Amino acid sequence: MSELVRLEGIDKHFPGVHALRAVGFDLRPGEVHALMGENGAGKSTLMKVLSGVYQPDGGRILIDGAEVSLPTPKAARDLGIGIIHQELALMRDLTAAQNIWIGREPRLSFGRIDEARLNAEAEAIFATMRLGIDPRAPVAGLSIALQQMVEIAKALSFRSRVLIMDEPTAALNDAEIAELFTIVRRLRAEGVGIIYISHKMDEIKRVADRVTVMRDGATVGTVEAADTPISRIISMMVGRELTEEKAAIPDLAAAPAALEVSHLSRGADLRDIGFTLRKGEILGFAGLMGAGRTELARAIFGAEPADTGEIRVHGRPVTIRTPRDAVRAGIGYLSEDRKQYGLALGLDVRANIAMASLPRYADRIGRIDEGALARVARDYIRTLGIRTPDDTREVRLLSGGNQQKVVIAKWLLRDCDILIFDEPTRGIDVGAKAEIYRLLNELAGLGKAIIVISSELPEVLRLAHRIAVMCEGRLTGILPGGASQEEIMELATEGMAA
Amino acid sequence: MSATGTAQSGTTTARAARRSGAQRKLLAFASLILLVAGFSIASPNFFQLSNIMAILQAASVNGVLAVGVTLIIITGGIDLSIGTLMTFCAVMTGVVLTWGGMPLPLGIAAALATGACCGLVSGTLVAKAKIPPFIATLGMMLILKGLSLIVTGTKPIYFNDTPSFTLIAQGSLIGAVVPAFPVPNGVLVLFVVAAAVAWILGRTVLGRYTFALGSNEEAARLSGVNTDGWKIAIYALAGGIVGIGGLLIASRLNSAQPALGLGYELEAIAAVVIGGTSLSGGRGTVLGTLIGALIMAVLTNGLRVMSVAPEWQTVVTGIIIIVAVYGDQLRRGAAR
Ligand SMILES: Nc1ncnc2c1ncn2[C@@H]1O[C@H](COP(=O)(O)OP(=O)(O)OP(=O)(O)O)[C@@H](O)[C@H]1O
Ligand SMILES: [Mg+2]
Repeated sequence: MSELVRLEGIDKHFPGVHALRAVGFDLRPGEVHALMGENGAGKSTLMKVLSGVYQPDGGRILIDGAEVSLPTPKAARDLGIGIIHQELALMRDLTAAQNIWIGREPRLSFGRIDEARLNAEAEAIFATMRLGIDPRAPVAGLSIALQQMVEIAKALSFRSRVLIMDEPTAALNDAEIAELFTIVRRLRAEGVGIIYISHKMDEIKRVADRVTVMRDGATVGTVEAADTPISRIISMMVGRELTEEKAAIPDLAAAPAALEVSHLSRGADLRDIGFTLRKGEILGFAGLMGAGRTELARAIFGAEPADTGEIRVHGRPVTIRTPRDAVRAGIGYLSEDRKQYGLALGLDVRANIAMASLPRYADRIGRIDEGALARVARDYIRTLGIRTPDDTREVRLLSGGNQQKVVIAKWLLRDCDILIFDEPTRGIDVGAKAEIYRLLNELAGLGKAIIVISSELPEVLRLAHRIAVMCEGRLTGILPGGASQEEIMELATEGMAA
Repeated sequence: MSATGTAQSGTTTARAARRSGAQRKLLAFASLILLVAGFSIASPNFFQLSNIMAILQAASVNGVLAVGVTLIIITGGIDLSIGTLMTFCAVMTGVVLTWGGMPLPLGIAAALATGACCGLVSGTLVAKAKIPPFIATLGMMLILKGLSLIVTGTKPIYFNDTPSFTLIAQGSLIGAVVPAFPVPNGVLVLFVVAAAVAWILGRTVLGRYTFALGSNEEAARLSGVNTDGWKIAIYALAGGIVGIGGLLIASRLNSAQPALGLGYELEAIAAVVIGGTSLSGGRGTVLGTLIGALIMAVLTNGLRVMSVAPEWQTVVTGIIIIVAVYGDQLRRGAAR
């Protein structure tokens, strides 16, 4: 079969990092080619080379067998290469339709924009995706999942021959993922070549035809998806065998309560929620998107305080009106949107890890003990396996998954008794995921009380000692850790109009 | 099921966002009305046709500058050179009309071209040389101030040889048609400029990229937008508008005063901010800026009519700026 894309010997250096080492890759028309690898393996960098964002230091790019140069994103676009970037690249103050058509607005005379056509065409694309997003809605007001859908709509609008999807499903729920895969399969049938990056292993079996694995900036190999077991792909990625087992569920009936929430309500988002989290317990929160899990976390953390209700920490009632109150009470919150709430992107790894614990490393007149900070930062870089040349690298230069680990390190250092993890492994590779699971279990073993909110049921099932299920702002039930997916889904849709 | 759920949340947030935008404009407008009503009650001399015209006339130069700099502020930039650029444009008009003895249209063209060229230089420094807008335009501000003084030999240039020049700001086209309503041309110019820029922002590609740049420049670049080129174009357009401001002030004074100009940029930026445009970019309206400029003019005029000492007028203006922005923060906080 003829090749759509061929990359040969692509090399790319960043200051202090050899990000790509003579990488080879090829893509055929009408195939879904998965690109796998740990955080920082160089997947996004390779795709940025192919989409004209980065210029390679060496190597050749061939499209339809002819060597091309891609000096700008536009040059790549003109050759039919479309990309959905891993980090959302939307203009928050513009509407969904305006974002989709940015750079190639339908025009009338005098440089006027044909707003009606722009909205109508965006609406048509949303319709083919079976989405009811209002094209006139400002993107800032959309949920992360819908923003991701807008990105996907934008990529579709180009009618590209090569479509690169860099972790498109990281923020999507199961129904939305299924919808996306329908779109992917349709495009494949139309002969589009699709490069698909994801850390969710099950998706590979569902959509991929071939799989290329990268490790440390080099290609490990390319295999057929159909006849390669997942475990083989994983060991190619991490360079060793990985065993994943659920830790035994401890008996916590006698453990003291760390966090008691009762009758917590806020408008229509949260309705009369009550539960108890014990010392040493991992309580999983399952539910569909919009069930109110993040709202609950933000209410407990004081980011958006509840209207009514009581919160007790270690048996004592506490008033939490601001995140500061919560941190003082020993509660840490790891947000699902790390860019907006979790990180100071322009600061270095060390400063970010220290962000919530600075006073501990300062003397009486406020001088910071940088030496001690550097030591703990390096400790966490090692234990969490954060891929960075050193602790003084700016966080925005790290790969997505490694940024997530920095946020985790921040709260671990803060040493909170109660930790709320909202989508802790979003965008994190299998190896690091196992690492983070092990860490959470260890923390629970040390007596920390942990809440884990996750849209991935397998993750909740694997981690949680008990599983709380929410639906439309209500807590519909708490199941034991051994519950089945069916039981959870039943509670997650309880009382909903089908 | 998820599709309908997400669709609903999409439209409600859109509606909410539109509502809060409309509210903001309404609030600025309400404060303007309130100010006018307050001064009218406090002093019988305030709400007179002649005084209203004086207010509008006073707002015209600041208003035009503010409308120009609104464009730049929406891109997330700033332009500190507009005050001295205004003067430099006036000086160049004087050079063409008075020293060169050329006809009026060439004088007007000189001001517009000077403004646009200087804007082009600022824009290039910001977009290509990647100098922060604050620094680049601070430099331009000083350069242009110096150039005005050098070109004129520090002496004003008068327009006595071109009698029709004063008509640009002081004549009244509308008054010629409707004698009961002698709106000075300067005010007419302000409204025409404002309408044109509002149209550009709302309807054209240039306007769309202005918001895109301020909202997420990297995203725009990754979308294939020639961000540097458009940014330069926006600074040049703003410069051209400042040129119009230069014509207005020269016409009003019937001279180009080379020592004038410093401080005008801050007044203009204040009007933009009072009008609700965000200094961090991505958001803003011309209507808001217009209202902001009017609020400042009403305030100055009203306090003077009530015989408040000029030094106190300055203090009050400062307070108003802070209160206006604080009110905006409160509203935004409440929306979140
Ligand atoms: N602009 C940059 N400047 C410096 N270093 C960079 C830059 N972009 C990426 N890197 C480094 O290059 C390496 C590869 O990063 P890349 O983003 O391609 O990883 P990835 O495979 O996409 O990982 P993830 O799964 O976490 O998204 C990382 O070590 C990263 O820190
Ligand atoms: Mg990546």
